[in-house]
Amino acid sequence: MQQLSLLLASLPDGILLGFVYGLAAMGLTLIWGVMNVINLSHGPIIALGMFGTFFLFTRMGLNPYAGLIPVAFVGLLLGILIYAVAVHRVINAPHLSSLLATFSVNMIIIGLGTAAFTTSPYNVDFSAGGFKLGSTTLLGTRLIAALVAMLFTGGLYLFLFRTRPGKYIRAVANNRAAAELMGIPSTRILALSFGLGTMLAAVSGALIATFFPFSILAGGSYELKSFVIGVLGGLGNPVGALFGGLVLGMLEGVIPAFMETSWVPVIEFGLFVIILLVRPSGLFGAKQ
Amino acid sequence: MKTWQRYSGIILPILVVAALAIWPTITGKAANRETAFTILKAVALASSLNILLGYTGYVSFGHIVFYGFGGYVGLFLLTEQDWSLWNAILAGGLASGMLAFLLGTAILRLRGAYFALATIGINEAMKAFINNFELFGGPTGITLNFSVYKPYGGAAQALQTSFYLAAGLALLVLLLSHVVRTSKFGLGLLAIRENEDAAEVMGVVAPRTKTWAYVLSAIIPGMIGVLFFFKNGNVEPHDAFPLHASIELLVMVMLGGQGTVLGPILGAFAYQGMRGFLVTSDFFKDIQLSVSGALLLLIVLFIPTGAIGWLRQRVPTLRRVLA
Repeated sequence: MQQLSLLLASLPDGILLGFVYGLAAMGLTLIWGVMNVINLSHGPIIALGMFGTFFLFTRMGLNPYAGLIPVAFVGLLLGILIYAVAVHRVINAPHLSSLLATFSVNMIIIGLGTAAFTTSPYNVDFSAGGFKLGSTTLLGTRLIAALVAMLFTGGLYLFLFRTRPGKYIRAVANNRAAAELMGIPSTRILALSFGLGTMLAAVSGALIATFFPFSILAGGSYELKSFVIGVLGGLGNPVGALFGGLVLGMLEGVIPAFMETSWVPVIEFGLFVIILLVRPSGLFGAKQ
Repeated sequence: MKTWQRYSGIILPILVVAALAIWPTITGKAANRETAFTILKAVALASSLNILLGYTGYVSFGHIVFYGFGGYVGLFLLTEQDWSLWNAILAGGLASGMLAFLLGTAILRLRGAYFALATIGINEAMKAFINNFELFGGPTGITLNFSVYKPYGGAAQALQTSFYLAAGLALLVLLLSHVVRTSKFGLGLLAIRENEDAAEVMGVVAPRTKTWAYVLSAIIPGMIGVLFFFKNGNVEPHDAFPLHASIELLVMVMLGGQGTVLGPILGAFAYQGMRGFLVTSDFFKDIQLSVSGALLLLIVLFIPTGAIGWLRQRVPTLRRVLA
C-alpha cells in the first residue's frame, strides 16, 4: 500500500518530465535521421539553453516561457554555425570523424562555459504554482514544460509534413543524392536540420532550468538520457523520441517505488544496450 | 622480406618507451616519475584501443570500462583475498579479457555509430552497477590499507615498482600491437576495417576475429587499472569509469595516427604534453578544454589520418620505420 501511494506520487511527475526528455532526444534523433551523425555536442547545448533561461529571467526579468523564443532562435543559429564549421567537412567521412568533430565542439563549449560561469550550480527561482491531483501535487512548472514540449512536437510535425523546407528535410533524409537531383539545396537543408536539432536541445534545456538546478556540465546526463530515449524510440524517428521520453520518464517514476533510486541508471543503460542488440530500430520503429 | 625490415617498425616504439622508463632514474626527480607514469599509462591504454579502433575499425567510446573493471577486480583481490600484486594484476587483466569476450560476442554485431553508442551504454551501466554493488564497496569504493605496501618494501619502494611495471606493460602492448599488425590475424582485422562483408567472402571469420581483437584490446587496460589504483590507494566508481577519459584515448589515437604502432605513442605524448602545458599556462588555464577542442577539430577536419599517417603519405621512404 505504501508502495502504491509512493507510485501515485512519483509517476505523474515522471511522465511530465518524460515529455521534456523526449523533446531533447527529438533534437538528437532528428540530426541522426537526416545525416547519420550522432551529435556529441548535444549536452552542452542543453546546458546553454539552461543558462539562456537563467540570464533572460534572472538578469532581464523576462518570463521563462517568453524567453523560449530567443533561446530557440539562438539555438537554431548556433546549430547552423556548428554544422558549417565542424560537421559539413566530415559528413561523408567514417563515423569516427563526425563523432570526434561534434565532441570537439562539446569541449569548446564546455571550456568557454566553465571559464564564464564556473562549474558551480545555478538555480532559476521561478514558480508557477501547483495543481492538486488527488493526493499528489503537480508542480506548475513541470506541467507547463510538458505542454510546451507537446507544442514543439506538434510544431515540428507540422513543419516536417506541411511545409516545403520540412518536405525537403524528409527528402534529404530519405536519399540525399536523389534529393539533389530534384534540385533541393542539400547543404542548406542539412544545416537547417542540424539547427533544428540544436534548437530542440536548447529549448528543452531552457524548460529543465525552470525546475532543476544546473551547471555548465549538467547537459551531460541529459545527453546520455537522450541516447537512451533515441534508441528506445528508434534513432531517426522524432515522434518515437517523444514516446521513448515517456517510457524513460515512467521508468524514473516507477523504479524508485520498488528499489533504491541509485538503481535507475543501471536499469536505464541496461535496457539501452539490450534494445540496441535486440531491436536496433527501436521499440516503435519499423522492423528492418 | 628481410628480417631487419620485418622488425624495423618496432624499433622506434621500444626506444621511446625505454627512454621514458629510464628518464626519471637519470634525472632523479620524483615529479618526473609521476609525469612518466601518466604518459606510460596513456601509451598503454591508447595502444590497446588502437588494436580495436585502428586495426579493426570499430569505434569504442567506452573503452575505459575495462580499465575500471580490471582495477576493481584487482583491488578486491588485494584487500579481501590478500592476493599479491602480481597475481592481482594478472587477475585484473584476465577479468577484463573475459568481460570483453562476453560483451564482444554480443555487441560486435552492431556496426558504426550503433556500436559506439552501445559501448557508451555499457560504460554507464557498469558505473551505475558498481555504484550499487556492495561487494565492491558501493559508492565509496575500495580503499587500500597502508600495510598493503609492506611486502613491496614500503610505500615509496612500491611506487617505484609500480612505475617499472607500468613501463613493462606499455612495452608489452607495443609488442602485442606489432605482432598483431604483422600477423595473418592482423591482416584479417585490416580486411574487416576496409570492408567487413568483402572480408567475410574472402574467408575471414569476422565474428570470431573481431571478438579476439576486442579481448586483446581489453586485457592490458585491465592490468593497468589494477596497477594505477594500487598506486593510487583507492578506487571509486567515479574515478574508475570516466567517460571523458575514453574519449581522450580516442583523441590520442587519432592525433598520432590510427592503425599504426607508433601513432598512439606519439598521440599519448602530444596529448599529455599539450594538456600539461595548457593547465599550467596562465593564459590558457581557464579555457584549456576549449583549446584542446579546437585543436582536435582541426585535426579531424584536416589531417584525419593523424601525424604518422600524414608522414607516411608524404614521405614514402619513411614507411618502413614508421609502421
